[in-house]
Amino acid sequence: MTTTIQTLEPAERPLQIMSSRLEGELLEVSMGPQHPSTHGVFRMNVALDGEIVRKLKPVFGYLHRNHEKIGENMSYLGSMPYTDRLDYFCSMTNNWAYALSVEKLAGIEVPERAEYLRIILAELTRLQNHASLLGFLLSDMGAWGTPLMYAFREREKILDLFESLSGSRMMCDYMRFGGCRVDASADWLAGAKKIVDAFPKFLDEFEKLIVENEILIARTQEVGKLSADLAISAGITGPMLRACGVNYDIRKVDGYGFYPRFKFRIPLGEHGDTYDRLMMRALEMRESIGILKQAFEQIPEGPIMNPKVKIRGFRPPVGEAYGRIEAPKGELGFYLISDGSPNPYRYRVRPPSFINLTILEDLCLGHTVADVMVILGSVDIVMGEVDR
Amino acid sequence: MMDSPEQIKTRIESAVPGAKIDIVLNGSPSQQSSLLIDKEHARQIAQFLRDDAALRLDFCSNVTGMDWLDRVVTKKVIVKKIVEGEEKEAEETQQEKIPGYLEAVYHLYSIEHKHGPIIIRMRTNDRSAEAPLPSLTPIWRSAEFQEREIFDLYGIRFDGHPDLRRILMWDEFKDYPMRKDYRDPDDYEYEPTPHDDVLERAKQHYAPRPQLDGAENITAQP
Amino acid sequence: MSDIDEELRSELQRQGIWVTSMQELYNWGRKNSIWPLQFGLACCAIEMIATAASRYDIARFGGEIFRPSPRQADLMIVAGTVTKKMAPQIVRLYNQMPDPKYVISMGACAISGGPFKQGYNVLKGIDRYIPVDVYIPGCPPRPEALLHAFMELQRKIDEQKLTGAGKAAHLDRTHPSEFPVPAFGAHDLEPAANADVFRPMKIERT
Repeated sequence: MTTTIQTLEPAERPLQIMSSRLEGELLEVSMGPQHPSTHGVFRMNVALDGEIVRKLKPVFGYLHRNHEKIGENMSYLGSMPYTDRLDYFCSMTNNWAYALSVEKLAGIEVPERAEYLRIILAELTRLQNHASLLGFLLSDMGAWGTPLMYAFREREKILDLFESLSGSRMMCDYMRFGGCRVDASADWLAGAKKIVDAFPKFLDEFEKLIVENEILIARTQEVGKLSADLAISAGITGPMLRACGVNYDIRKVDGYGFYPRFKFRIPLGEHGDTYDRLMMRALEMRESIGILKQAFEQIPEGPIMNPKVKIRGFRPPVGEAYGRIEAPKGELGFYLISDGSPNPYRYRVRPPSFINLTILEDLCLGHTVADVMVILGSVDIVMGEVDR
Repeated sequence: MMDSPEQIKTRIESAVPGAKIDIVLNGSPSQQSSLLIDKEHARQIAQFLRDDAALRLDFCSNVTGMDWLDRVVTKKVIVKKIVEGEEKEAEETQQEKIPGYLEAVYHLYSIEHKHGPIIIRMRTNDRSAEAPLPSLTPIWRSAEFQEREIFDLYGIRFDGHPDLRRILMWDEFKDYPMRKDYRDPDDYEYEPTPHDDVLERAKQHYAPRPQLDGAENITAQP
Repeated sequence: MSDIDEELRSELQRQGIWVTSMQELYNWGRKNSIWPLQFGLACCAIEMIATAASRYDIARFGGEIFRPSPRQADLMIVAGTVTKKMAPQIVRLYNQMPDPKYVISMGACAISGGPFKQGYNVLKGIDRYIPVDVYIPGCPPRPEALLHAFMELQRKIDEQKLTGAGKAAHLDRTHPSEFPVPAFGAHDLEPAANADVFRPMKIERT
């Protein structure tokens, strides 16, 4: 939206392209922060040669709302509602990552039922995140409206579950260090099971719409290819890493929670292009449904909170801890340093979508400006987490 | 199984001659101790950690900064004193001043061997603006944006970084807001439920009117 | 509307004659086709999308046409935390919108900074730079709350006068329709608030 761009230098243009054209300048375009497809207030400075992207520099900070600084002035419990607002699609997994880090820092055990509830809620979060991502991505591709409406129809059902359990649709603030805040009733579990059982029908319908769609294939295959080596070096995590064929899922690697008790597979891509990243989400939703079905069968009765934990006036011992989970967007980690006071000395969020953007320029170079939106959509970013 | 920090330390010292490494112990139940590496050999050490066949720490997950202010550590030391012609051992408290520094912390994992984390830290000499540290972006690309973020919010200058600019704040911004001594601009006009620090700031912000207190002071401007 | 007797009007309506005034017709048209600017900032934007999506369906109120260009929009829904880095862009977008234009300040952050009030980069309310018509509290407000705000705005539009002393702001030439864009300073935005727009509550403490 601004008129001056200081950050771009003229990109090098290959001679074979130039020989068939008139001499021309590169066109510098500032995409965002107000743009219908930048998923919030993301901005990119793009240098275009005709329609081809020659250079792309992301500009951050339009939603930098000082989460870390506020977290350092806040008690450990007080930061829990703020974690909801990091990745505002997935408040449950954010809660879990933070609770897990504090539990590591203070050495807290979590009761069995609470661990099951956490897994159920995390996988429900994954379902609604991936469903809405597919909706947004198709919307970016030009399927304006319809797929997003379908995705939000399913999302609303899951949000109803969150609301009846925690009291809020999006900002659940549900987990505590040492367990969960409220117990799920048998009715709730039955209702959740019903929604999960009906979910594959939506997936079948959705996959029928997209998987073999000619336009979608033309727009996504061979677009934004990412090699496994670059992905690992750039710290890419989550479905984006697995789309490159790298088998790394923190649910399997760290085995946090009770994930080792569950049987599920890790879908892997082959080409690392946008199509693979898109399909990775669809396949992961199927695995999540499998996990949820097992969890509904296995969930035991029992307490949901470790009675030894004093969450108010909580003072962990001096030290530091880094805890991470497999959030729907990738590795979400919290790094906490305690100096023995009620506030953390250092409170750091390792945001998956911020670090997944490291290679955005590499993905977009040589593609058309219309592909930038599709590639960005397949990275799956949420600005609350990117800028914090 | 992964090596212990002590084993890694000896292996680095044999692989990178002259490297100075301290182990920073972590007292919390998380048991995540870290290696404090020296600035001069940081790049070589990082390369060794990444390329060594047994370690293969190819995935640098988290990079973050930290600000440690000047602090005074009180230690109890046993000193020998001559009291009334007799040599006696007496306890004496000594105060040691540790100058402040900035710190960068890297959490490393291995995707190949699926182990981690190994934590490495680097410290600057002082808390001055743009205190230098070597950039590890040439080793791990994932540090690119995160080091920029540390530069922006903490003011550590990473030498060898390909594109070191402010990332979250605007370019004209002069402060380093995540430092512990940063004071943000005073723009609290209205704070209905002040508490602790906020109350202190509100007191400084509003002109005092000692004859009144409490809720009746809240008035709408005509 | 005070010119026509209500009883006479309803009597005429029963006979198949519909009497209206220019003002009523004009406001009726405007209030039922409010085009919002497709522009989300943070969490509240997701609830805004949910409002536009299948279950809540803002199309029932004539507001489903989200325009990505400010030149075609009537309503700016400031949905989410306004940071100091973003504030100049928002003022610029507001300035680019044609009159008549309205602003809904959605959620605690857009009203006052909300939970992030103590952040160094958070603007403590968008009403420091642009005038706001409807505020909805909540973090985030539910879609029903946004619909309620939308209906409040419709009521407000319905009551706007075309002529006379208290006529609508967009018909009043003396009323500014653009506001100065703040500049990025070394420590804060400059100015920190537009004194012409922002009239805060004044409190004094002991």
